[in-house]
Amino acid sequence: MTAPALTYVYAVTQPTSALDAALPTLHGIGQELLRLLPSDGEGMPLVFVVSDVPEADFNETALKNHFEDLEWLEYVARTHHGVVQAVATCAPVLPLRMATVYQDDHRARQALTVQHRAFSARLDLLRAHTEYGVKIYLTPSTTLEPDQEATVGSSQPTSPGKAYLRARRAQQHTRESVYQQAQVAAQAIEAIAAHLTTQRVRHAPQRGALTATQENVLNDAYLVPDEQAEEFQAAIAEVARRFPDLRIEVTGPWAPYSFATPPPETPDPAAPSHHSGAPTAHREPP
Amino acid sequence: MSLIANDGPLPDRQVALVDLLDRLLSGGVVLTGDIVLSIADIDLVRISLRALIVSVSSETTASLAAGGGSDES
Repeated sequence: MTAPALTYVYAVTQPTSALDAALPTLHGIGQELLRLLPSDGEGMPLVFVVSDVPEADFNETALKNHFEDLEWLEYVARTHHGVVQAVATCAPVLPLRMATVYQDDHRARQALTVQHRAFSARLDLLRAHTEYGVKIYLTPSTTLEPDQEATVGSSQPTSPGKAYLRARRAQQHTRESVYQQAQVAAQAIEAIAAHLTTQRVRHAPQRGALTATQENVLNDAYLVPDEQAEEFQAAIAEVARRFPDLRIEVTGPWAPYSFATPPPETPDPAAPSHHSGAPTAHREPP
Repeated sequence: MSLIANDGPLPDRQVALVDLLDRLLSGGVVLTGDIVLSIADIDLVRISLRALIVSVSSETTASLAAGGGSDES
């Protein structure tokens, strides 16, 4: 690339022969080839996985503007994720937050070297673990609009007003019972997680049109030892079958995005991390 | 770590964008790069995304049943 370029960092990893073999086949943002930048720190060898990005697209002003552009954001997010996934099949990986950019390779290497010890410790901790997401949704049938509900009521309404009020009551009752179910399901998932996972992070429930018509009330990420991943997924699927009014979804396997940074407090497996968002499986119906 | 799951998503099945942004914007190693997007900026992005998403066509919204997002060219 002839235009001024910046160094975009995707992940921290350990150099392996598998990674060296895969590297020429991998591409980053804008189809640029990936490079490995070695750390100068003591201990286990570490590298940054990087590529060049155009300065015009990734300077501070451009970045702020681009972040308002969903299409651009999706392209960068999917490319970043693609690189992380590809690297994760070859070596243990610590994904970086999206859009971590340095003026040049030299500056990036400095940043990596400063963090060498912390990154080594984190990679050791995450070795042979994989992240899975667990989400609970209220299904659309349980969150009907009052006017929709009125049309499915079996009783003969005497007036539109009364029918509306009856429908509202029925709807509130349904919602309350479904929220209760969501709470019971969340507890069942926690009981499973206590045996089969080592850490949890609560993400904020997903809102907005990207979540389609279903209301997301729980959005957790778990760190699961590889040898327990199958059992974990099967156990969650079993819980899902017990709650027909909820949709319980497992996402993953993910590289350990949600666990890449140690939580600020002492690592208690059940402690929520620095991520915002409280569980909302229990909520007052509006 | 191995990202090959017996029962996991098919390799060509697209991850839902909303799950991806959860992880790429609020997860991952946070390093202060030379080009600084502060946590506040990221939070603003998340908020404005929610507002922006409303105006996105249904074609772009993730189909949860398919577990996919939009088709990014």
